[in-house]
Amino acid sequence: MKGDLLTSLYVFLLAAFIGFEVIRRVSPLLHTPLMSLTNALDAIAVVGAIILAGEKKSQLATILGTIAIVAATSNIVGGFIITDRMLKMFKASKAPKQ
Amino acid sequence: MTGIVAGEQFIEVLYLIAVALFILSLKWLSSPSTARRGVFAGEAGMLIAIVGTLFYKGIVDYRGIAIGLVLGAIIGVPLGNVAMTAVPQRTALSHAFGALCVTLVGTAEFYLRTPNVSRFTMSVLSLEVILGGLTFTGSLMAAGKLQEVLPQRPITYKGQNFVNLAMLLVAIVIAAMLVLDPSRIALYPWMVLIALIFGVMLIIPIGGADMPTVISLLNSYAGLSAAAMGFVLDSKLLIVAGALDGASGFILSVNMSKAMNRSFTNVLFGGFGQLQTTAAAQEARPVRSATAEEAAAILSAAGKVVIVPGYGMAVAQAQHKVRELFDALTKRGVDVTFGIHPVAGRMPGHMNVLLAEADIPYDKLLEMDQVNGDMPQTDVALVIGANDVTNPAARNDQSSPIFGMPIIDVDKAHTVMVIKRSMAPGFAGIDNPLYYLDNNLMLFGDAKAFVGNIVKELSGNSGGH
Repeated sequence: MKGDLLTSLYVFLLAAFIGFEVIRRVSPLLHTPLMSLTNALDAIAVVGAIILAGEKKSQLATILGTIAIVAATSNIVGGFIITDRMLKMFKASKAPKQ
Repeated sequence: MTGIVAGEQFIEVLYLIAVALFILSLKWLSSPSTARRGVFAGEAGMLIAIVGTLFYKGIVDYRGIAIGLVLGAIIGVPLGNVAMTAVPQRTALSHAFGALCVTLVGTAEFYLRTPNVSRFTMSVLSLEVILGGLTFTGSLMAAGKLQEVLPQRPITYKGQNFVNLAMLLVAIVIAAMLVLDPSRIALYPWMVLIALIFGVMLIIPIGGADMPTVISLLNSYAGLSAAAMGFVLDSKLLIVAGALDGASGFILSVNMSKAMNRSFTNVLFGGFGQLQTTAAAQEARPVRSATAEEAAAILSAAGKVVIVPGYGMAVAQAQHKVRELFDALTKRGVDVTFGIHPVAGRMPGHMNVLLAEADIPYDKLLEMDQVNGDMPQTDVALVIGANDVTNPAARNDQSSPIFGMPIIDVDKAHTVMVIKRSMAPGFAGIDNPLYYLDNNLMLFGDAKAFVGNIVKELSGNSGGH
C-alpha cells in the first residue's frame, strides 16, 4: 500500500515536470485553445464517474456518479469542439503577397 | 480470477496509451501548424480511456452511464459552438463542470468508504472536494460576471479578507478532524458547504480586468483537484491528466500575474478596482483629437503601423472592421502588425482568437516584447479599446497603482492614435497620461463605427486624391 502511494507521488511529480516543460513551449498565441484543450483532457475524470455510476454500490453513489458523467462529458465534447474550431481559424499569411 | 486480472491489466495498458497521447497532444499544441493534430491525439486518448473503462468488470449497470454520456454530449455540443466572443465565459463554465464532477465523485467515495478511510486518502479526498467545491462556485461566479448576468464591478466590504481567510481556515480544520476520525460523517457536508461558499466569496471582489489571472488560477485548481481525485481512486491516468492541467493553469497564472506586475494574493485579496478615483481632483488638460478623415490620411502615409487591441475592441465587436482596415492598409504597402498585451481581454490569448477569427494571419499577431523593440521606428500606434496596458505611468510614475506593470510602449511611436468613447478613465479608474502627450491624437467614438469610417476614407481616396 505504501509502495503504491509512493509510486503515485512519483507519477504526479514527473507528470507535473513534463507538463511544465511541454506547456512552457506553447506560444501565447494559442493560450486560449491551450486552456480549452487541457480542460477537455482534465475531464478524463469521467472514468472515475463511470465506475461509480456502473458499480451501483449505493444509490447515492450511482446518482452522484451519473451527474458527474454529465458534467465531465459536456466538457469533453464541448472542449474538443471549441478547441478545434479555434485552431482552424489560425492561418499564416499567404507566402507570396499579391 | 486470472481473467479479471488480465482484464484490469488490459485497461491499465489502454490508460497508459491515453496518457502518452495526452502528452503528445499538448506537445503538438506548441505550434499552430501541428496544433490540430494535438486535438486529434487528445480525442483519441480520451476515446481509448473511456472505451477501456466501459470494459471494467465491476460495472454491473450501464443505464446511468449511458444516460450520463448522452446528456453530457447533448449539453457539450452547444457549449462547443458558442460565439468566439463568449469563449471566456464558456471556459469559466467548463472549469465549473470539471470541478463539479470531481467534487461529486469525491463525495460519493467518502460516503462509500467511511469510516474505513486511511489518513492519507482522507487528506487527499478533503483537498479534492475543498478545491473542487471552491472552483465550482468560483468558476460559476466568474462565468456570471463575464456573461454580465452578475455585476462586473468588484464588490468589497470591510473585513472581507478576514472573513474569507477565516472560512478557509474552518474548512481546513474540519478536514483535519475528518482525517483524524473519518467516522464523523456529520462534519463532511459542512466542509463541502464552506468550500462552496468560499468560492463565491473569493470571486465577489474581483473585477473584469483581473479575469485572465483568475480564470488561469481556477484552471489550475480544477487540475489539482482532479489529480487529488487520482490519488483517492489510485488512478495514474487521473493523476497525470490533473498534473498536466494544473501545470498549465499554473504557468498561465504566473504569466498573467507577471503581465500585471502583481502577486496571486494581490489579485485575490487586493480589491484592485477599489482605488479612489483621483480624476475629480485633476483639471481638464487639453487633448488633441482627430476625425476619421485625418486618421486615414495619417495611416495611409505611414510605413509601419502597430495596432494595439484591448477588451474594448471585443465589446464593440470591432474585430471584423479592424480586419478591413488591416486589408486596406496592407494593400497600400503599409506594414501592419498587432501588439498584444498578455492581459488584453478577459482570458489568456483572448485577443489572438478574436483576430484569428477575423482572418488576420497569426504571424501578424505579435507579443508585447516583439512590438516594443520596434516602437521607436513605428510611424503610427493605433490603440483600439485598450487603456491601462498602454499607460506610460506604469513605467515612469512611482505613485501610480500600476507602476511596474509591463506595458506596450505606444507613446514611443511617432504618432499614437487612441480610439475611445470619451475621456472617462479605464477599468482601474487610473488616469492615462498618454492622452495628453504631444504625439497623441484622440479618435472619439465607438470603435467599430470609427474604424469603419477610417476604412471608408481609405477606400474613397484610393483613386488618388
